[in-house]
Amino acid sequence: MFRFLIFTLFSINAALAQAAPLRIEIKNGVIEPLPFAAPTFVAENSAANDLAQDLVNVVSQDLVGTGLFRQIPQSAFISTVTSFASPIQYADWKAINAQALLTGAVGTDGKTVTVKFRVYDVFANQELGAGLKFSGSQDGWRRIAHKVADVVYSRITGESGYFDSRVVYVAESGNKGQRRKRLAIMDYDGANVKYLTGSDDIVLAPRFSPTGDRVLYTSYETGHPRIYVMDVGSATRRVLQNAPGTMSFAPRFAPDGNTIVYSLEQGGNTDIHLMNLASGQSRRLTNDASIETAPSFSPDGSQIVFESDRSGSQQLYIMSADGGAAKRISFGDGRYGTPVWSPRGDMIAFTKQSKGRFHIGVMRTDGSEERLLTASFLDEGPTWSPNGRVIMFTRETQGVTGAANLYSVDISGRNLKPVPTASGGSDPAWSPLGK
Amino acid sequence: MKKIYRAAFLVTALALAACSNNPGSYAGGGSGANGSDSAASVSDPTSPAYFQQTIGDRVFFTVDQSAVDAEAQAVLRAQADWLLSNSEYTITIEGHADEQGTREYNLALGARRANAVREYLTSLGVSADRLQTVSYGKERPAELCSAESCYSMNRRAVSVLNNANF
Repeated sequence: MFRFLIFTLFSINAALAQAAPLRIEIKNGVIEPLPFAAPTFVAENSAANDLAQDLVNVVSQDLVGTGLFRQIPQSAFISTVTSFASPIQYADWKAINAQALLTGAVGTDGKTVTVKFRVYDVFANQELGAGLKFSGSQDGWRRIAHKVADVVYSRITGESGYFDSRVVYVAESGNKGQRRKRLAIMDYDGANVKYLTGSDDIVLAPRFSPTGDRVLYTSYETGHPRIYVMDVGSATRRVLQNAPGTMSFAPRFAPDGNTIVYSLEQGGNTDIHLMNLASGQSRRLTNDASIETAPSFSPDGSQIVFESDRSGSQQLYIMSADGGAAKRISFGDGRYGTPVWSPRGDMIAFTKQSKGRFHIGVMRTDGSEERLLTASFLDEGPTWSPNGRVIMFTRETQGVTGAANLYSVDISGRNLKPVPTASGGSDPAWSPLGK
Repeated sequence: MKKIYRAAFLVTALALAACSNNPGSYAGGGSGANGSDSAASVSDPTSPAYFQQTIGDRVFFTVDQSAVDAEAQAVLRAQADWLLSNSEYTITIEGHADEQGTREYNLALGARRANAVREYLTSLGVSADRLQTVSYGKERPAELCSAESCYSMNRRAVSVLNNANF
């Protein structure tokens, strides 16, 4: 249903030429969130009344959830917005220190909902960008709200957003010794959960295709760990590697969507292999007696970062996508695993174990500027938001009652928080934007 | 001291199995125990229960290692003798890791451990066709606390009889 969203510019002449003075620079981390006002959207027909409030709530939650914005409560408002077309009373919004203002209108027509909205730079007395209109199925209203929030975020930060995205993960339940695991997919904020497998067999580490339509994962369905590809829409799956006496795991797509990398274990030794999905043909990329696993492509597809214990402990290495010589990039104190290349290509997120603690960290692709973003008993398995500004990961608590949950943190190390899931969760993978 | 502890653990495992309504509910094993509740058959040296409890179905590893140490070798020699004189059985060797490691690495490490056991049993004359391996990484801990006393029991390889009729 999301396929039918319409993207319309309806006031092209509005404030196009102005350089925007309202700007959050995300790079260094924001200490003081930007105050914004978001009055309830104007309902254009009575059937749209509830949606008018629901939409503005989700947009506001998206923005506040970044840690970059602070919502001014509606009880503080001086102006009311009863018509989308009426001029803005800038003085009333300045008086409550609203630096940004979001106004909108919602109309329904049968099963379709249409949302119009404008963003204002209050202290510059002007609109920020042009008004926009999104239409879609009423069932998909949350997705429309996320698209609105992405536009607001993008106009104020100058970067693309990440709210119209999904997360595939492993939903966990039950005792630590017999934990039940099944694949689940949800909106990035935890809404609209759908289960993709049952919980009879252990499933691990799902990964999205570059177009978000397929997921690679590992399952014990045959009794042995095997890599599978699943069509997200139909939840139909196909085993990709099933040779007796072997184990396959840690699959990930190449940017072309037709090639995957994965780990294959034979006779106790684990190496990295490449597979063409159409032909099923595999090719070995590493050939070492050590453990080589957790491969992840650079966004341009030319290189692969992976972990290996060839030095005697787990460390990160980069090699060409054709295999060959690998260059070690991690040199700090401790063990490094699960490297993931950022969507911008400039950084690598990883799990680090040091002095009995686990960390999620980031470094440049040459290993410089290492920064640890988290610390706990057990943090692992980072995944990047589509805009490369937020990292989601698994945090597991210790002891007999230990449980895993999803958390997110921004790459400045701020805004650490749990991601809501119905039960426990692990191994998150973030979709591309709009997938 | 270690032997006493292991014996105590086996009693606990039996008690748990006896309490469970559906001990075989987990497909393909993975519990690390062979699930016997027949104490009587332990005295029969050809019984699976004897293999599991008297010989010992598991060996343990040090942190991050897959070397079969002297204590493990003694258990595996007894397993090999039993398998050689009870040729109707095949086994699946389950390799496991403690929770102090990343998921992928622990899968690979569990495979290393299972394979080390397989190679050792093969070196003692057990036919390789009778020995399957599977790694559970850190997915199926036998002991649940987050301390070395549990971790040392979880860094294990368990020889599970496939066609055992308990």
